[in-house]
Amino acid sequence: MLEIDALSLSIGRTEILHDVSLSIGEGEIFGLVGESGSGKSMTALALMGLLPLRARTEGAARLDGIDLLRLPERDLCALRGNDISMIFQEPMTALNPVQTIGDQVAETLTIHGKADRAEALAVARDRLDRVGLSHIGLDRFPHELSGGQRQRVCIAAAIALHPRLLIADEPTTALDVTTQAQILDLLKGLVAEENMSLLLITHDLAVVADMADRIAVMQRGVVVETGPTRQVLAEQAHPYTRALFAASAHQPERAGNAAKDAILRVDNVHRHYPGPRQGLSRGDPVRAVDGVTFDLQRGESLGLVGESGCGKSTLTRAILGLDPVTSGTITLNGHSVYPGMARALRADVQVVFQDPYGSFNPRWRVDRIIAEPFHLLDNPPEPRPAVAAALEAVRLSPADMEKYPHEFSGGQRQRIAIARALITRPKLLVLDEAVSALDVSVRAQILDLLADLQGELGLSYLFISHDLTVVRAITDRVLVMQKGQIVEQGATEQVFTAPAHPYTQNLLAAAPTLEVTP
Amino acid sequence: MSRLPVSLWIGATITLIFAALALISLVWTPHDITSLSIADRLQPRSAEFWLGTDQFGRDMVSMLMEGSRTSIAVALVAVGIGMGLGVPLGLAAAATRGSLLNEIIMRGNDLIFAFPSLVIAILITAVYGPSATNAILAIGIFNIPVFARVARGGALPIWTLDYILAARTAGKGRARISAEHVLPNIANLLIVQSTIQFSLGILAEAALSYVGLGAQPPTSSLGRMLSEAQTMIYSHPSLAVLPGLAIVVMVLGLNLMGDGLRDALDPRLRRGRADA
Repeated sequence: MLEIDALSLSIGRTEILHDVSLSIGEGEIFGLVGESGSGKSMTALALMGLLPLRARTEGAARLDGIDLLRLPERDLCALRGNDISMIFQEPMTALNPVQTIGDQVAETLTIHGKADRAEALAVARDRLDRVGLSHIGLDRFPHELSGGQRQRVCIAAAIALHPRLLIADEPTTALDVTTQAQILDLLKGLVAEENMSLLLITHDLAVVADMADRIAVMQRGVVVETGPTRQVLAEQAHPYTRALFAASAHQPERAGNAAKDAILRVDNVHRHYPGPRQGLSRGDPVRAVDGVTFDLQRGESLGLVGESGCGKSTLTRAILGLDPVTSGTITLNGHSVYPGMARALRADVQVVFQDPYGSFNPRWRVDRIIAEPFHLLDNPPEPRPAVAAALEAVRLSPADMEKYPHEFSGGQRQRIAIARALITRPKLLVLDEAVSALDVSVRAQILDLLADLQGELGLSYLFISHDLTVVRAITDRVLVMQKGQIVEQGATEQVFTAPAHPYTQNLLAAAPTLEVTP
Repeated sequence: MSRLPVSLWIGATITLIFAALALISLVWTPHDITSLSIADRLQPRSAEFWLGTDQFGRDMVSMLMEGSRTSIAVALVAVGIGMGLGVPLGLAAAATRGSLLNEIIMRGNDLIFAFPSLVIAILITAVYGPSATNAILAIGIFNIPVFARVARGGALPIWTLDYILAARTAGKGRARISAEHVLPNIANLLIVQSTIQFSLGILAEAALSYVGLGAQPPTSSLGRMLSEAQTMIYSHPSLAVLPGLAIVVMVLGLNLMGDGLRDALDPRLRRGRADA
């Protein structure tokens, strides 16, 4: 049905895609896998005719024999949303915040002149029912819905006109594991019922392993391997596929040397927020953290797992001494932690954040960025040698201190973030989704680095993540958090192999797995 | 660095020419405009008087140079007052979001905004006497809420970024974070806003001088040149057209420069369509 034939694409003098050939059959789920910069999204945008203005293409992309690359804009407009639809990674920004969801789904129909407003709204209702939102009114606004519900709205709009091909660009990357499982199920069901084809673009091999009939693996603008999913995953003929596969399941080597000496004690911590306004009064307070108690031993890696909204971030900020707690105590290395604590004591705990792009002031040079926590010390050492040592510790070059953050890749930036966190020689490092935004191969390297640093410096890690594979790879013990409470805790392997709490069981069942028997 | 916008080049050139003329007038003008010479009144253009003379025999070129200087000086100091007070207030409001201080600052801004600015400027100069200083104060006060709002609006999203959280874990206080992290990242917004306020300041100064509440004689001012030429607009139109043209070109240049700066400093506008 769709035939991409030797598609090459360049912007200016940079070649983005080289000789990409794919074919997607009627009713087929085709997985396009690759790391960031591999050109997978550009391939999709080329099909939709949504490439950047300066992009030049060669080759052909034929939908039922019509070359999409040579169609004039007017014909493409008629095609988009009609024969080919697309959904995006970020359902937050893919919907217009000031329009109701009913109007946004109906828009697909009215734009193409397929229905008047009343009919379109009726169809919108039907489509929203179809994607499992029958309990949500057409007059609701995007901000009133959860991330998963928003993605369902995007899907409803995309399938409003029964497209032949649906392109899903990382449709579940921004979602929690249980929501991801539901959305993938929904897409699978739609493909079967509507007899449409699905081009599923993802960086996550595990997602396509469960879903796709056939996959293509892309690297630096080139399709390195393509074929039936089972065959590609089982044979792993190309070295890059093999490397991706190994990186996804990477287990850093760690020496378990947790001493029985609690460095962090969290004792019955509550953090409540005022409830939503209801007229003049307020509703019940929101219990973001609701009676959490745990210890973290010296040299230990402790995982904290939970979905968005479970209170992980609130708890993290309390442990960092940034926000006050409503009740309970947090003790770090013998002194209590609260917003007014002495500066010097804060040096014992540092943090690495998720987003390697938002973590640094873009106008600061690396030397100044890394030396910033020296503000905590009364007698800070000479910054330059210390920064150079920190850069070497995270396997970067001391010469990098003269550069600005935008000159580094995502993985390098995360190394800089770790260097900044280590410069005051903290006892505890909080890793808040620190590898979630990284490609699998980079993620494996950062995990190795963290394991090495733990051995060298005797660090304790609090590893907060929604990614169960990562938590399993790097932690000794794990806490599972739901609705502000710890519902299960125990040795990582034990929790993962024999989960006791139903919520943990749900989480583990929802996580896509990458187990292929050759 | 990508190519700079054309509007930036044109605007900056015009602005620089006026700034240069104004600076030169500090040390040299073709003629002394403090001495009146009735014998030379209403001269046409000549080798001695390039743009002729006015009804008091003063050289128009010298008058325009000095008038531009007055306009620029008043607008510059007024923008300085607005930035100097408004930006710290806006930063403080953003840093203390949700607190009483934030409410006080922003409601105070609303209060100033609620007054018709030019009328209040006239009131101030009428009460405290017409002078360049009072004109500066009157215009400057109304720049404060503008800069406070722009600074707060730009600072709020920056406060949600991870590097602010990292700075807080490094034990830095709100004031220090505002100065080190927030201010440099909203500087482009403030620069663009200041060119807009600068051109508005020139217009306001001209309006105040026109009604006689701005700079007083013998200081030349574009607004007063306009009002003095009013009675002779039919017999000697160039006396009104020249200062009017000077105001228009100067404001146009500043607006073009502001537009160009916005395009040059905003990476989202620079790139055209967004990358994937």
